[in-house]
Amino acid sequence: MIKKEIKIELAKGLEARPVAVFVQVASQFDSSIFVEYRDKRVNAKSIMGMMSLGIAQGEKVVIAAEGADEAEAIKGIEKYLTAKE
Amino acid sequence: MTRQYVTLQELADKLGYSNLTPELDLNQVQVRHRAINRPAFQLAGFYDYFDNKRLQVMGRAEDMYIQTLTNEERKERLEKMFSYKFPGLIIARGIQPPPEVLSLAKEHHIPVLSTEHSTALVIVEIIRWINRQLAPTETISGVLVDVFGEGILITGDSGIGKSETAIELVKRGHRLVADDVIEILKISEDVLIGQAPEITRHMVELRGIGVVDIKSLYGVESVMEFSGISMIINLEEWNGQLSYDRLGLNEEYQEILGVKVVKHTIPIRPGRNLAIIIETAAVNHRQKQMGYNAAQALCDRVTEEIIAHREENEQEG
Repeated sequence: MIKKEIKIELAKGLEARPVAVFVQVASQFDSSIFVEYRDKRVNAKSIMGMMSLGIAQGEKVVIAAEGADEAEAIKGIEKYLTAKE
Repeated sequence: MTRQYVTLQELADKLGYSNLTPELDLNQVQVRHRAINRPAFQLAGFYDYFDNKRLQVMGRAEDMYIQTLTNEERKERLEKMFSYKFPGLIIARGIQPPPEVLSLAKEHHIPVLSTEHSTALVIVEIIRWINRQLAPTETISGVLVDVFGEGILITGDSGIGKSETAIELVKRGHRLVADDVIEILKISEDVLIGQAPEITRHMVELRGIGVVDIKSLYGVESVMEFSGISMIINLEEWNGQLSYDRLGLNEEYQEILGVKVVKHTIPIRPGRNLAIIIETAAVNHRQKQMGYNAAQALCDRVTEEIIAHREENEQEG
């Protein structure tokens, strides 16, 4: 299991459309992936779960991945969340 | 095939107009124009822009005008009008045809029809009926089912389960319109309707069973003669490589006869209950028409939450 704190750079934060893309990115990996934000912990592959967070730009989340491709998963998710565009 | 004309006989039969010139064969008269003309200007002698391919409809105004003319004037005006060889004259409100009309009609082989209906109604019913007959048509493959009043066109490769889904929808109280071959008519700029060819109407082919007759098996309440087309549901084998619409914020469309129809692609996987998915799609479509879009509402809520979080952070920071 790997955990990593990531600062959200996406311009509008995790709005509905970026969430849909985020869930697609996370779903490419076999590892189980969770997002920890404030006092919540949500499955990164669950679209409704991710929608319920409302993460703004500049906020930090902890991504926890566990499985064969956990390292790649963290890397892929970090790449998406830290992209400025 | 899109029809090019209707005959006056069909029109008279369909709309219940009587033929005042039984010597003339209405089957021989083809009407190719959807528009009609009220010949008031022509009776007054003005023939610029006169479209003599149109049916002429005479009502009270024309009749009263003709009555103000002297016998000579009337004869001359009517002779001139009939010399233009329009396809037919319809007299509304059961008005007696003016003198000379019937003999001129026979002479020029222009049938005269009569109805008790008001002139406005005659105009509307003629245009409406001809428009429907001459509507552009296209035949497409799929299944058309009326679900909660929304015409749902189910498409997808053969063997994917369109007919089975249609029967399940019928068993849930919805109505079958057409299976396999659907004739689509464009009856106005943005309205499509679909129906089955008469010969296969309400018959469904089920692989392994053969042909079943939905109307005789499940009764009249399980079928419809025709319906509008509100939405296309395209069934597709599940493909893990493709990402399917998760939010429903962006609508996909398919054009049929130049009309854009909303299209949803539904991936098929064992255990997915297609009938319920289609019912939900239909009722959600209806809710959107009524002005509420659930995907947009969720989107707005998420954005509000983000703004609230951002403000909290600013206060703390």
